[in-house]
Amino acid sequence: MFKMVNLSFNAVSFLSVCVLYSVLYHRFDSQEARIQMPLAFLLWVTHNNAEMTTVDPPNIAMTSIMGNWPCNSAKKANTGHIGTKSIQSLIMVPEVSEYIVMAFCFLFNLLSAVKRLPEHIQVDDPAVVRKLAKKLERQQIPLRSDYGYKVSLFSHLHQYSRKAPLTQQISIPATVIHPSIVRLGLQYSQGIVAGSNARSVALLHAFKQVIQDYSTPPNEELARDLVNKLKPYISFLNQCRPLSASMGNAIKYIKKEISNIPSQYKEEEAKKKLLSCVDSYVNEKITLAAKGISKYAIDKISDGDVILVYGCSSLVNHILCEAFEKQRKFRVIVVDSRPRLEGREALRRLVNRGIRCTYVLISAVSYVLPEVSKVFLGAHALLANGYVMSRVGTSQIALVAKAYNVPVLVCCETYKFCERVQTDSFVSNELDDPDDLIVTRKGKTHLADWQSETSLGLLNLVYDVTPPDFVDLVITELGMIPCTSVPVVLRVKNVDQ
Amino acid sequence: MDEGELVEYFRTQMSQDPDVASAVAAIRSLLEFLKRDQSETILGLRENLTKAIGRLQEADSSVAVSSGGELFLRFISLTSLENPDLSQCRNMMIERGELFLKKISLSRGKVAKLCHTFIKDGAKILTHSSSRVVLKVLESAAADKKRFTVYVTESQPDSAGKHMADKLRKLNIPVTIVLDAAVGYIMEKVDMVIVGAEGVVESGGIINKIGTYQMAVCSKAHNKPFYVVAESFKFVRLYPLNQQDVPHRFKYKADTLKTAEDLNQEHPIIDYTPPSLITLLFTDLGVLTPSAVSDELIKLYL
Repeated sequence: MFKMVNLSFNAVSFLSVCVLYSVLYHRFDSQEARIQMPLAFLLWVTHNNAEMTTVDPPNIAMTSIMGNWPCNSAKKANTGHIGTKSIQSLIMVPEVSEYIVMAFCFLFNLLSAVKRLPEHIQVDDPAVVRKLAKKLERQQIPLRSDYGYKVSLFSHLHQYSRKAPLTQQISIPATVIHPSIVRLGLQYSQGIVAGSNARSVALLHAFKQVIQDYSTPPNEELARDLVNKLKPYISFLNQCRPLSASMGNAIKYIKKEISNIPSQYKEEEAKKKLLSCVDSYVNEKITLAAKGISKYAIDKISDGDVILVYGCSSLVNHILCEAFEKQRKFRVIVVDSRPRLEGREALRRLVNRGIRCTYVLISAVSYVLPEVSKVFLGAHALLANGYVMSRVGTSQIALVAKAYNVPVLVCCETYKFCERVQTDSFVSNELDDPDDLIVTRKGKTHLADWQSETSLGLLNLVYDVTPPDFVDLVITELGMIPCTSVPVVLRVKNVDQ
Repeated sequence: MDEGELVEYFRTQMSQDPDVASAVAAIRSLLEFLKRDQSETILGLRENLTKAIGRLQEADSSVAVSSGGELFLRFISLTSLENPDLSQCRNMMIERGELFLKKISLSRGKVAKLCHTFIKDGAKILTHSSSRVVLKVLESAAADKKRFTVYVTESQPDSAGKHMADKLRKLNIPVTIVLDAAVGYIMEKVDMVIVGAEGVVESGGIINKIGTYQMAVCSKAHNKPFYVVAESFKFVRLYPLNQQDVPHRFKYKADTLKTAEDLNQEHPIIDYTPPSLITLLFTDLGVLTPSAVSDELIKLYL
């Protein structure tokens, strides 16, 4: 009789789990989660019938599940041991509580498997690409196609061509996207507006234009409708050129400000408030922050210093010009790299001020470092684990500087601090046009038809990450902090907001 | 109370109680200054206090006096001073000042309690120059019936190591004095290095008697743990990048700064040890890794 009850109970639960599983199958974000649910159920079933069979199967199943749990995967060997001991003690406990424990594991597994992961670019996963295409179709934004052969390690990133202007590659619906956003997108895709501060400021100015030209449709609330209007613009800009971390933070701020507009505000008042918010953001986080950072940085520049800078960072150039005006005696070595050759712009700006400069390419950095006393680097973003994301080549400079015991100072405003965690430059980066690497020397262009060569790939990376051990000091407008204190600043900022 | 009297009071405090930290003596003098201050406004009071701190720094150029003074000023003003009656405000500030003084007088005991458990039976400890906090730590370890031997460096130019050795002998701890130049030689024999600090900087590094940096580099090369014991009032808002970046007012004694013609000819009395060479810092706020010091500093100063 007991056996019959058990069997029917098993059958009913098996059927219900099957139904549940098929319904939720597509919500599972990983293969692991898909396997764990039936495994957990299997364990439950075998344990149910444990009195008839040996005790071993549940143990093995339980340890395998413990091993597969994502949080324990790093300590697989250990959890096996500890897991079995605790599970054995659990198994000794009377049956009803065991079912509760099993059900709890089951549910916990279910819930953790259905958690939403943050969006990562995954161009090599067709399901994700299809989802993105559907989203863009809904928003009436054209999808931009990738160009050329991608190196397999970076095949999950987009690679666009810059040869033909964007308007020839995709048809931009003028009715859906505001003209200033179209202009901005074109400027981004052609590289006319480049550099994280310049891009953020241009974005905020374009948004100001959008807000000014916006009029609330009848039966809609400004707070919600304007945010929805901004979403297709952001997708479009993302298609033109992937958004930077600073732009992401600026967009988050604007969306928050818009949704915080009280509903009793009239349209004119609301628009005025939003415009002043945007202005104050640009003023506080970018302009005044630069002034604050130069104040701290100038303290660190002493007379007779030889300062090395890489590429063209608007903030570092600002600091050096300010220091020169405050009568500090120093000279600068500008390091540059192909294919962007941004160092030439920095060189132009510094020489115009009258600062003594030397210009080298990155291949000569170990030759020139023995005479350098400090290295000043700009940053594109500062990640939550203290890693610095900056123009490709920065981590190389930091590494060589560390080898020569030269202090490395990174200057970064706090609005570029982002909650992302990254330990390598592969998982999230940007691929620039590979044709930029083609160069004509003495009338010969060797790589002109690189596409016909099947085993050849050209890689033009834009960013890389520098570990915090290579960075001695980060100068922000809040003060001088070590690289490892970025999460503290993020925490303080969140408390302020 | 004028500045001359303040310095006199400070010096008497230091001579009366040789065991007291210079920062504690400075804070006692500042509290006395606050009690006797005659200014009419809060702003005037703060200005006078800042000037007093500057004057004390001229008298005794250690980092601890500067950091202790600044923390004292912040701590007493960290309360609502909206009261229109100035004497009430002043009384509130004096109360907070007394509270601060009480807290920091207990800090050395807290540090010793945290650190002495790290000294195992049969350990050989190397320390540098004469630090009262390290002495307290070794005292509590000895009181805990642990058996250990201590090597102290002579620490020229003032031979402070010899004082340390005398004090340790009085506690019946076997101690050997080694030359400053013998740190590399002795490092393979010892199990750990414990030093005090005159100041703990924002990066998590320390400023201490000259010769500490050498010891830290040697201990790193031999993979021996390098522990620093310091009270929290020694946390200072400085961020040196290297030895040259430490301000001159800390590097040389106050009298040298006033009388010397060419500072390059003088010997600095302190050096900077970067955080990469330090294993752990024992403070009254807890046992911290060098990267956590910045976190604590932000909490203390902001």
